[in-house]
Amino acid sequence: MKITAYADKTSVAPDETINFMVNCNAKQFKADFVKLICGDMNPDGPGYQEKVIRTKATGTYPGRKQTIYAGSFVQIQDNEKFNHLESFTLKAFIWPTTPNKGHQTIIGNWSEKDQNGMSLDISPNNNGLMLTIGSGPDKVQYVVSGKPFLEREWYFVAATYNADTKRITLIQEPLHTHAKTRDRSIKNGKSKFITPPKSNRRITIGAQFKRTDKGRTVCQNYFNGKIDSPLIAARALTANQIEQLKTGYDKIRMSNDVVAAWDFSTDISSLKISDVSGNNIHGKVVNMPVKAMTGWNWDGEEMNWKHAPKQYGAIHFHDDDVHDAGWEIDVSLRVPKTLKSGLYAIRLRAGKDLTDEDYVPFAVLPPRGKVTADICFILPTATYMAYANEHMGTDSPIAQLLGGRLVEHERQDLYRNEHREYGASCYDTHTDGSGVCYSSRLRPILNMRPKYKSWLGGEGSTLWQFNADTHITNWLEAQGYNYDVITDEELHHDGVSALEKYRVVLSSSHPEYHSKEMWDAMSTYQKGGGRLMYLGANGWYWRIAFHQEAEGVLEVRRAEGGIRGWEAQTGEYYHSFTGEYGGLWRRNGRAPQKIVGTGFTAQGFDISSYYKRNPDSFKKPVKWIMNGVKDDELIGNFGLIGGGAAGLELDRADTKLGTHPDAYVLASSEDHTDLYLVVCEELLINYPGLGGQENRLVRADLVFYETDQGGGVFSTSSIAWPGSLSHNNYDNNVSKITKNVLDRFVGEDPLLD
Amino acid sequence: MGTNADDLQLIEEFKKNPIGHHSPDLQRLLNRLRSVPMENKYCLVVIKPNREWQLAKTTGKPGVAVKLLQKKFTSQPEAEWYVFRKRWKNLTGETLKP
Repeated sequence: MKITAYADKTSVAPDETINFMVNCNAKQFKADFVKLICGDMNPDGPGYQEKVIRTKATGTYPGRKQTIYAGSFVQIQDNEKFNHLESFTLKAFIWPTTPNKGHQTIIGNWSEKDQNGMSLDISPNNNGLMLTIGSGPDKVQYVVSGKPFLEREWYFVAATYNADTKRITLIQEPLHTHAKTRDRSIKNGKSKFITPPKSNRRITIGAQFKRTDKGRTVCQNYFNGKIDSPLIAARALTANQIEQLKTGYDKIRMSNDVVAAWDFSTDISSLKISDVSGNNIHGKVVNMPVKAMTGWNWDGEEMNWKHAPKQYGAIHFHDDDVHDAGWEIDVSLRVPKTLKSGLYAIRLRAGKDLTDEDYVPFAVLPPRGKVTADICFILPTATYMAYANEHMGTDSPIAQLLGGRLVEHERQDLYRNEHREYGASCYDTHTDGSGVCYSSRLRPILNMRPKYKSWLGGEGSTLWQFNADTHITNWLEAQGYNYDVITDEELHHDGVSALEKYRVVLSSSHPEYHSKEMWDAMSTYQKGGGRLMYLGANGWYWRIAFHQEAEGVLEVRRAEGGIRGWEAQTGEYYHSFTGEYGGLWRRNGRAPQKIVGTGFTAQGFDISSYYKRNPDSFKKPVKWIMNGVKDDELIGNFGLIGGGAAGLELDRADTKLGTHPDAYVLASSEDHTDLYLVVCEELLINYPGLGGQENRLVRADLVFYETDQGGGVFSTSSIAWPGSLSHNNYDNNVSKITKNVLDRFVGEDPLLD
Repeated sequence: MGTNADDLQLIEEFKKNPIGHHSPDLQRLLNRLRSVPMENKYCLVVIKPNREWQLAKTTGKPGVAVKLLQKKFTSQPEAEWYVFRKRWKNLTGETLKP
């Protein structure tokens, strides 16, 4: 791809500005703005539809290359105390996850360019701990422990340098010993140099400073794993003093020799890194390494970092962490005051005949404090972020098993396979095998694009997430409905006020990730008479948290249940951003059935199926929902997503999990393939017969129920549902049922006849 | 040793319907064929959505480009059948007729 881009926000109101950052390998690019109607390129469907809108930002712009520097570290603020470091002690606890990958920096202020400073590292060939000191070219000395580190074991590491005696000491001490492993080392040496390694360069932790690029600190030798309690002293501490440092900062009195002692267990929810030495030489995290990680002293007696923060003094660094790509702004759009709320995108074209292309979608909100429709479509941006740039199609051997066919790759998949610096999704693991629990939208998200197919989306159009949701906007446009679009972030930040003026709220095909604020907003809306059409499945499944300081970053801890691409480590189930227990909402006492009547029950990704009407659908109070549908008619035995309306991920009603006691289960799907399997949170004892041909938990339940004050919930319980709306030029029973419900929900009539 | 009658039945079943409902025996066979590691694993690259695909292989190495092969297809069943024959050959040494 010659052109990739992202925006500084995913939603913007009229008369506000949205900025676009563009990486373009061509001399120039053309920027247009479009209203997105249908992103599906399948010629067997309604066809791709966008409408160009004229703006002042439309035009041709110079192209320039913009780079993402992946890899997390801590950057310590400049302080004159570092200028005069002659003798020193460096100390930390470390838990390396890839000690064999090559040179990795724990802490230091080394300057590659000037060859001066100090650096405590894992040596390039895992020959153990390494201290580098230097005072200029040809005046560099390395001391190596000679004992390789083991993966995922805690070590106490320290290095001292006495400028007077030139004596160097290197300590590598495993906290757990293994009978046959020799990974302990205490090494003494002498520096050959007279000049002490003083340097005014800033300290970095978890990576080594390389250079700056337009204000961004660029590092190298990224450390994979945990670092806990790093410290710098301005003297070569004695063995006894070093021994004291092991017991933690709360037990030792900081001597005047300690320049800085960073306690990662304070300010866990912040970007800030605190120096507790009294010198206040604080720092900040860059690229979001993971906080609230079990530390060297975690004893397993406490699972919640808020209850025992001192046992959560570790930060897990990754060489592929990305937060804010930090690109410079290329295009700014002040949204026209009169632009109708809806789904829009910047369309970027470059290269020969303008054939290289990228889109950055965004929602235009109604004017602040107003609504411009009775219907509100919530763009599930939190879920898009969780899936942002996932790599399962190129990385995971189970992808073809799940899909029951060959994986299809789009050009975006090929590009982000080769450009890992674009960051991973919360379905991926980092290069060290640990799970990706943070995801940012401040980077190009190449699978959140119109025209894009996903390997996951079922045979046919094979859409998933963002582009699948354009089947909903396409249907709304085709049926002539007036609707507003908001995003999860409005729901999170504005609460019920984002919804309360709407008669009807429509979900996406897959609103999977919700913060407590989002959950509460939807619940309050319903209780106040709000009406929700849940047009998907696997909704309200994972609990997330948004960062409270940094824009556009969410966290998911894949705790003790659920379909998980990875598993949070024991003791790391609580969000660092908020302290809330992470994982499934079901395990937080709020199963999806409590808010939408149905909850995740099975998944499969080959072909979809149909629903059959249940006796409830013939009951007088609700038979209006089936107006135009014959008694024995199969519902949704057609569609662009797997050939049916019931497919991919399926939800079921279950009063034990919270389905409203008066809910009507109008129809249920059947005859799913054996690639559809019951979700793992249902499996207390695993047993044969979990596939779609045998197990009745493999089904989607079409559910309707009334809520307080005339509100109601209609749940389709299938991700594939919107893919059937356009069948037969929109004349089909999925479209009819959807329209029956939407028209009744918008209107003034009570919901039960 | 040639392909036996039971195998031929499964092969025929797959050829008729490569994506969708399968007999338990065919599903077991497909699980085996499709679960091979990512290094040199067959996949498709979209040339024209729902109309044209190019055969490719993943490398199993994050960051290393997917290898594009010459073969192109105009339907998914055609691609599935082609790759099935390749994988069958790897598994059994037998060459299946197109």
